[in-house]
Amino acid sequence: MADPALISLRGITKVYGEDPTAFQALKGIDLDIEKGDFVAVMGPSGSGKSTMMNILGCLDVPSAGAFLFRGVHVENLDRDQRALLRRKYFGFVFQGFNLLARTSALENVELPLLYRGDAKAARRDAAMAALGKVGLADWHHHTPGELSGGQQQRVAIARAIVTNPEVLLADEPTGNLDTERSIEIMELLADLNRTSGVTILMVTHEPEMARFARTIVHFRDGLIDRVETGGAAVAAG
Amino acid sequence: MFGTILLLALRSIRRHVLRSFLTILGIVIGVGAVVTMVTLGKATTAAVQQQIAALGTNILQIRPGQGFGRGGGGPRPKDFDPADITAIEQQIAGVLAVAPQAQSTATAIYEGANWSTTINGTTSAYFQVQPWPLASGRLFTPAEEEAGKSVCIIGSTVERNLFRSAPALGRRFRIGEVSCDVIGTLTSRGQAGFGGDQDDVVIMPIKAVQRRFTGSTDIRMILVGVDEAYSTEQVQSALTNLLRERRRIGGSKEDDFNIFDTKQISETLTGTTTLLTRIVAAVAAISLVVGGIGIMNIMLVSVTERTREIGIRLAIGAVAREVLMQFLVESVVLSCLGGIIGLLLAQVAIAIATPLMQVPWTFDLQINLVAFLISGLIGIVFGYFPARRAASLNPIDALRHE
Ligand SMILES: Nc1ncnc2c1ncn2[C@@H]1O[C@H](COP(=O)(O)OP(=O)(O)OP(=O)(O)O)[C@@H](O)[C@H]1O
Ligand SMILES: [Mg+2]
Repeated sequence: MADPALISLRGITKVYGEDPTAFQALKGIDLDIEKGDFVAVMGPSGSGKSTMMNILGCLDVPSAGAFLFRGVHVENLDRDQRALLRRKYFGFVFQGFNLLARTSALENVELPLLYRGDAKAARRDAAMAALGKVGLADWHHHTPGELSGGQQQRVAIARAIVTNPEVLLADEPTGNLDTERSIEIMELLADLNRTSGVTILMVTHEPEMARFARTIVHFRDGLIDRVETGGAAVAAG
Repeated sequence: MFGTILLLALRSIRRHVLRSFLTILGIVIGVGAVVTMVTLGKATTAAVQQQIAALGTNILQIRPGQGFGRGGGGPRPKDFDPADITAIEQQIAGVLAVAPQAQSTATAIYEGANWSTTINGTTSAYFQVQPWPLASGRLFTPAEEEAGKSVCIIGSTVERNLFRSAPALGRRFRIGEVSCDVIGTLTSRGQAGFGGDQDDVVIMPIKAVQRRFTGSTDIRMILVGVDEAYSTEQVQSALTNLLRERRRIGGSKEDDFNIFDTKQISETLTGTTTLLTRIVAAVAAISLVVGGIGIMNIMLVSVTERTREIGIRLAIGAVAREVLMQFLVESVVLSCLGGIIGLLLAQVAIAIATPLMQVPWTFDLQINLVAFLISGLIGIVFGYFPARRAASLNPIDALRHE
């Protein structure tokens, strides 16, 4: 590849705790992710998948190693700089949906735009458009308590894409959903990846969901075990 | 940027109506108490000052005896006599008018209406010493005073109770054994904060009262009006010397009369009510601080309760400063809201309490503004700690929080 990768990890380690009880969750990760890729991260529980996702999402910093995002060394940024990076380039989807309770779908989706300082009309239009993309335009005034799990996760996806992020990070987005709902979510993500070119990194335990990705990264004991590429899975599906 | 944060804060308050209400309850009570107490205290002080001003401020009151009581066992000190009045008028500089007073009580009767009242015998000088305008009619003429004629000027309470709605001027009524013509009616002075109803009085020439009621020429009290240009202290000491001489009180013996300066009484009473106002306000201010601590408690609980929410906000791009500001603005908006509700409640309490306390209704802009600003300040001070705590949360830990 001629272009430098969008994301590039070099020798990333993460140590939790202090010396006597210190635990090395990541033991030296090297990984390049191209713009527009759809990556599934798999591996046994405790192998460090979430730890890496947190670092990728600029929510946490590595103990050692280099994390380049668009050529910027994220490991050197402070708390606020990382927050601004998240605001501008990243969207997050969590296993537990993490919508604001007692807040309408529309206001939830608007939230990232509020922090970006968009005007009211622009906010509303963008939020409605995002809800439209996830097929929930008619549900915009419902609060999370009035939505099913699959609908809540779709609102969360709308919130993640409303800012047109460069990267969408999803840590077990289907972990709390049944298979049918999970496949709907995966189809939605794959569609977003295809149509808007957003780079997606997703952690999953289910091979059935990982099929939707173009690249599959397998973790084991804080290291990358192997990487499957080619997007054959999607083609086969 | 600030508009956004205000919007976020308002949304959050709207989403938690009950919690918000409980948060501000302390501030509501605190602000309400402070404003009510201070306003009522000031109204009381004003009422006392007003009543004293109505009495006249440059007045010396001379009574036999010491202090308010009779003083020191022994025989009752003798009253003053008409010669004392003349002596004061002629020998003391700075005296505007000297009004002798002889008092009695009797029942007034008019066409089947009965009213027991105070009879105050005096001269026209009484109305020079203190401002007390007539509502109708005239004062005594020198001839009436000299002859001790049965004419009277009546206070509004007597007028109301004896004559009902009929005009009193020119009527003749009975008081005790005496028939008396009403030549004047007085304007109302209102209820005195001390010493009862000042309007419950019938004023007659002193000679009439002495002859028909008290049966002697004794004078129970002398009112002396002092010229503004002279100090009351100076006139008071001149009076003391004159009266000691006239009453033959030698050398080191104590006075058997006393002289009150209404200005002194006014200052003492004003000082007392002001002090009381301050004490009550201080107690109320403590409740305001307690209200502030209430805000802090609930905001702190709310930080814990909203940890996940804070995590979400941080993850989707809020910087720590924005989370801090949101919590701070929430707390300030809440406490100001509490302040406003407290102010409104205080106005209601004042409107109810002033007629009961017989003090004039007042609106004190200053205390309202100060109380409101303090409620805002409490929001900042007690909101800062919880807000800082919210902003310092680590997004990952906050998101994982159950
Ligand atoms: N904040 C932390 N402090 C200490 N240890 C941690 C912390 N976070 C994660 N760990 C440890 O690091 C290891 C990797 O955790 P991580 O959450 O990345 O695993 P995972 O691959 O996401 O697992 P799962 O599939 O169960 O989500 C685990 O052993 C975990 O106990
Ligand atoms: Mg995990």
